[in-house]
Parts: sequence; structure tokens; C-alpha cells
Amino acid sequence: MDPLVLVFLTSGLFLGWALGANDAANVFGTAVGTRMVKWRTAAIICSVFIVLGALISGAGASHTLGKLGTISALPGAFMTALSAAIAVYTMTKSGLPVSTSQAIVGAIIGWNLFSSNPTDGATLTKILSTWIICPLLSGCIAVVLFKAFKLISRRAKMHMIVGDAYMRVALLLVGAFGAYSLGANNIANVVGVFIPAQPFPDIVMGTWRFSSTQQLFLLGGLAISLGVFTYSKGVMMTVGGNLGRLSPTAAFITVLSHSIVLFIFASRGLESWLAGHGLPTIPLVPVSSSQAVVGAIVGISILQGATGIQWSVLGKIVTGWVVTPFAAGLICFIGLFFLQNVFGLTVA
Amino acid sequence: MITKFHLFRRTRELEQKIDSFFDKLSETSVIYRLAIRTYLKDGYNEEFQTRLERVRALETEADHLRRDIEKQLYSNTLIPDARGDVLGLIETVDQLLSQFEGSLWAFAIEKPDIPKAYRVGFRKLTTMVVKAADELGLSGRAFFRNPHDVPAYNHKVMLYEKEADVLSTSLKQAIFDSDLDLARKLHLREFVEQIDEVADMAEDVADRLAIYAIKRLV
Repeated sequence: MDPLVLVFLTSGLFLGWALGANDAANVFGTAVGTRMVKWRTAAIICSVFIVLGALISGAGASHTLGKLGTISALPGAFMTALSAAIAVYTMTKSGLPVSTSQAIVGAIIGWNLFSSNPTDGATLTKILSTWIICPLLSGCIAVVLFKAFKLISRRAKMHMIVGDAYMRVALLLVGAFGAYSLGANNIANVVGVFIPAQPFPDIVMGTWRFSSTQQLFLLGGLAISLGVFTYSKGVMMTVGGNLGRLSPTAAFITVLSHSIVLFIFASRGLESWLAGHGLPTIPLVPVSSSQAVVGAIVGISILQGATGIQWSVLGKIVTGWVVTPFAAGLICFIGLFFLQNVFGLTVA
Repeated sequence: MITKFHLFRRTRELEQKIDSFFDKLSETSVIYRLAIRTYLKDGYNEEFQTRLERVRALETEADHLRRDIEKQLYSNTLIPDARGDVLGLIETVDQLLSQFEGSLWAFAIEKPDIPKAYRVGFRKLTTMVVKAADELGLSGRAFFRNPHDVPAYNHKVMLYEKEADVLSTSLKQAIFDSDLDLARKLHLREFVEQIDEVADMAEDVADRLAIYAIKRLV
């Protein structure tokens, strides 16, 4: 294997690290911030399930991303992932909420434009529509789950202390599910652009085969986990503080809705089940974990009379959604120009 | 699995401690009522002393439970969103228990001579304040299991407190309209207010509980 491969992969791994550092807080932020779950426990569960999600269910969303633009040259993939990472990093530094999914899609379109590769309109429409559907769906699921939970808990008449103990276990379980879904859905953002280049040889041991794509998924998953372990603690504490007004019940419902949404946008099993029953299928697209969480919180807030919604913050979030893909696309375009014309690398 | 089992064992223990704490309240109110009845009937005697001892012991046990509950809530970082409210509730109920005990000690130390004409009034007032405390106990238990029921119990606490106010006012009026000398009137008034204070404190705790319950329901 060419050692340059590892150098090119660093941009994807950096993006993975940033994703782990930021998005683990969407899954465990409130639980850790409110000290319902210990950070170490959360980090271990989060890392293990992100890697499992990436390995077991990561292919679906990656496939869709591949259809948007097949980047067959490693330097091109390097710049695509790097520009997404730079966009994510810069936006985070500016205090704007950011989505790695939108950054990578913007960067791929930047690559398409640079390399005169036509962007598949149908796939792009599919992806853009999910960006709107994702928070809306998450909000609707949160409303239904919240109402159902309130009804059940009222009937159960469980002692507050016992309820608290169950809530801790529930937050761990839903956090594990959330981490799995995050790995399954967002691994495409991290290593998806490197798949067409197939940088690793397949490893075959008897009947067991570990493909290049799976190796990429494992590597990406580990990069996300590294982000969780090295940087997520502060973010989790901040998220816990920012969302302090959320009750543990609302926090649980928020994470569950987020996880369900990420899962249904990543699950090939669900897709084939729906197709098998003649039902319309859900596109397998990388969606934003942060937007799913925001959608769920807004849903619950509206259910409670919309008193807790800060519209200026929501406006900032929407601005972030629009700016991210454009910024990433522009950075990618300029970066590819330099790679090709200054360093003489083949990017397409 | 061991951690999970451990977590639930500790949870059950704490649940039992909270239930036991409210048992102390209901038990204290029953014995308080019996103690006052004994005093009104036979004055300060051994039976009254025994009841006072029991109330004192219950107050001490409640104190221990309160400390245990507080310690466990903080050391195990349980119910982070409602911990302050639970501690506030437990502490104010503990103060109510102290009021029961303090009132009986006043009878034991000052041994007021209550004329026969006012004994029925004292008995009615005691019954009313004990009812207010009993409803508060039910409200407190409901707060932990079904906060939707808290307003209904609180409503009864308010009703009994108002009724206790009416009884104490008419009792004080009757005392001050009598021919007793002023020192005795003031002495008797002090005891009417001591007993009535139980209902007032129960109402204060119920007011807090109403807010705590709303917070849980949001």
C-alpha cells in the first residue's frame, strides 16, 4: 500500500475527529451535562456503538453520497474531505451550528464543478429534501413520543426515585442506539468520498473477507471515537448546560427521536422491508445529527406552548444550514485548483 | 449487570426511606391528637408523657431519615432536576414535625390550666390541624408517585387550614371575652396559636408542593 494513501486519508480522519468531538454531545450531552450518566461511561458506549453502526449499517448512506459524485482520485477525495473539515472547523469557531453532512455535500458539488462532472440532479434533490424532512420528522416523532411517554408515566404512577433510575438506564440505551445511528448515518461524511478510490487491499482470511470499504468504515469510526474521547467532554458539558431547561424526560425523547431519524435514513433493512411491503422507501442519506436534535427540541417546545424557543437562535441555525454547503463547496473548488495547478496532482 | 442491580437496590432503599419519612408525619399527627386529648381530659399525666416521648422519638427518627435522604441524593447525584425541590420538601416537613413536638413540650413544661368551657374548642382545633397535616402527608406522597393528584390534596390542606383559622379565632375570642385574668388569657392564647401553627405550616408546605408538582408536570 502506498504510504501516501494514509496522508490523503488524514483529511477524512480529521473530519471524523471533528464529528466525534461535536456530535457525541447530541447523543449524550444532556445525560452527561446533568450528571445522569458519567462521561467515561458515555464515551465508551458512544465509541463502541459508533464503530458498530459504521461497520454494520454504514453502506446505505455512503452509497447515496457516492451517486452525488464519484471521486475516484485520492487527492480529489483528500481535498473534498479537507474542505468540508475546514468549513466545519471555521463555522464552529464562529459559533455557528454546523452539519458535517451539509459540508461534505457542498464539497462534493465543489469537486463536481471543478472536474466538470455533472451533479446528479435527482440525488441532489433527494439529499436537499432530507435536510428539510430530517428536523421536521424528528420534531413530529418527538411530539408523538413525548405525548405517549407522558400518558404512560401518568398511568404507571412510578415513584420519582425509581423513575430516575429507569431514566438513567434508558438514557444509556437510547445513547447507545443514538451512537449506532450516528455511526451508520454519518460515517458516509467521514470516509464516503474515499470509497470509490478503494485505497486498501481487501483482507481475506479463509471465508472471512474484510473489504476496503469496511476498512475505511472502521478507520473512520475509530477517528470519530477518538474525537469523542479527546474533545467531547467539554462540548457535552456545554450542551448539558445550554439545554439545562430540558427535563430528563424531554432529553430522553430528544435523543430517541434524533436516533430514530438517523437510523431510518441509514437502514438498508428498513428500506428493503418497506419496498417488500409495497410502501414508499426512505432515501438513505447522511443527515445532520444536530438538526435532528434541534427539530426534536422545537417539537417538544411547541407542544409545551412554544415558550422555550429562542427564535434568534433558530434563525442562526437556519443561516448555518445555508452557509455551510456553499462555504465547503467554494473552499473545495479553490483547494482543488491549487492541488492541480500548484502541486500537479490528479484530482479527478 | 452488577452495577445495574446495585443501582436498583439503592433506589429501592431510598424510596423506602422517603415513604418511611412520610410515615413519621402521619404517625406523629395521630399521636399528637391523642396526646392533646389526654391532656384536655386528664391533664399532664404519665400517658401524656408517653405520647410526648413517642413524638420526640419520631421527630428524631425523621431527622435521621432526612439526613440519609439528603446524603444519598447528593452523593449518588440522583434526580438532578428535582433534587432541590425534594430537599426543600423534606426539610419543611421536618420543621412541621418539630412544631408538633414543640407544641407538646410547651404543654409539658407550662402545664396550662385549660377551663372546661374551652376544651371542646381545643379538641376541635386539634382535630382540624391534624387533618391538614394528614392531607399534606398524602400530597407529599403523591408528589413522588403521581404529581397530578397533588392539587386535590393541597385543596383539602387549604380547606382544613382555613377551618382551623376560624376555630382558633373563635376560641381566642371566647377566651378574651371571659372573666379570666389577663395573664391566663395570654397563656391560653399562646397554646391556641401553638396548635394553629401546625395547620399554617402545613399550608406553607402545600404551597411549595404545588409549585414543585407543576415543575414535574411540565
